[in-house]
Amino acid sequence: MLLLLLGIILLHVAALVLLFVSTIVSAWTTGDTGTSDLWTNCSTTNGGYHCDPASTGEWIQAVQALMILSIIFSCLSLFLFFCQLFTLQKGGRFFLTGTFQILASLFVMSGAIIYTVMSPEWAPDTDSFGYSYILAWVAFPLALISGLIYVILRKRE
Amino acid sequence: MLTFLALASVVLLGIVPEQSQAIVIYTGWERHALVGSDIRLSCSFFSWRWTSEDVTFSWTYRPDGSRDSISIFHYTGGVAYVDNKGPFRDRLEFVGNPSRRDGSILLKNLDFSDNGTFTCDAKNPPDIVGRPSSVRLLVFEKVPIQAGVITGAIIGVVLGLLVLIVVIYYLMRFLVARRVFSLSVSKHGKKKKEGSQQRQGPAPPAADPSKVKAATSEKKKQESRKEKK
Repeated sequence: MLLLLLGIILLHVAALVLLFVSTIVSAWTTGDTGTSDLWTNCSTTNGGYHCDPASTGEWIQAVQALMILSIIFSCLSLFLFFCQLFTLQKGGRFFLTGTFQILASLFVMSGAIIYTVMSPEWAPDTDSFGYSYILAWVAFPLALISGLIYVILRKRE
Repeated sequence: MLTFLALASVVLLGIVPEQSQAIVIYTGWERHALVGSDIRLSCSFFSWRWTSEDVTFSWTYRPDGSRDSISIFHYTGGVAYVDNKGPFRDRLEFVGNPSRRDGSILLKNLDFSDNGTFTCDAKNPPDIVGRPSSVRLLVFEKVPIQAGVITGAIIGVVLGLLVLIVVIYYLMRFLVARRVFSLSVSKHGKKKKEGSQQRQGPAPPAADPSKVKAATSEKKKQESRKEKK
C-alpha cells in the first residue's frame, strides 16, 4: 500500500520536474549557430555568445502561457493530492487531483503542438528540435497517466 | 494703504508679463505608425500674448542616425509653404489652424526612411523667445505586441475561471444549505451527512448540486403532502 502511494507520488513529481526543466532550459530548437527556446534566442556569432529576447509573436506567448499554466496546475494537483489524502472518506476517489493533473497534461500537449506547428516561423529549417522540446512531449503522457491513475484510485484506510 | 496697493498692483502687472514672455511649444514625445499609413504630427504653443497675425510655424526633420536637419515646412504671413524638394515632397499637408495656435502637419504614405525626429518651432511676435519641441517618429511594419501581454492574459483568464468555479461551487453549497435549513430543521442534519459523503459517480462539483436538488425536491413533495393533510 505504501509502495503504491510512493510510486504514484514519484510519477507525479517526475512529470512536474520534466515540466519545470522543459519550460526553463533554453533548448527547444538547436542548430549550428545557436539555441532558441520560449524565452530567448541565443546565438554564437563570431563575437561570442549572446541572447536576445524571443520575438514577441502571439503564438510564442501562447506557448509560454500554456507551459506555465501546466506547471501551476500540476503543482496544485500535487497539493490537492496531499489534502485529499487526509480528508477524503474511505472508498472515495481523488477526482479533483486527477482533474487538475489531466488538465495540466492537456496544456502541455497544446503548448507542444502549437510550438511544433509554428516553429518554422521562429527558427530556420536546418535547426532540429532540442531536448527541452522532447521533455515536453514526454511529460504529456506521464502527466496524463498520472491523472488517470488518480481518477480510478480509491482510498483505503 | 490703498494707494500703496494700487501702485504695487500696477508695478506687478507691468513686471510679470515681461518676465514670463517665453513661448512654450507642445508636441508629442513619440509617435508610432505603420508603413504606408498617414500620421498627424501636432504642434501647439502657449503664449501670454494674443495670437498675432505674424505668427509663424516651422518644422524641421532630422533622420535617424544623421546630424543634419532639413527644413520641411514653414508658415508665415498667412501662407503655408510645404516641402517641394526634400524627402517629403508631395507627401506633406498642412492641417493646422494658426489662429487657434495649431501648427499640425500631416505626413502621408510613411516609409521606413521616415524614421527620425521632427522639430516644431513657433513664434508669436513679440513673443519669440522659446525652445523648439521635438517629436520622434517610429515606423513599424506591424504594430508589435509587448512581450508578455498575451502570456499574462491567458494565464490570468484560466486562473480567474478556476477561482470563479471554486467560488460558485462553494456559494451554491452555502445557499442550498441555507434554503434547506429554513424549510425544515429536522431533516437538516440528515441532508448534511448525505452531502459530505463522496460516493461513486461524477466529480464532486457536479455531484453535490444534483444530489441537493433531488433532496430539496423530495422535501417539497413531503411538505406539499403535509399541507394537503
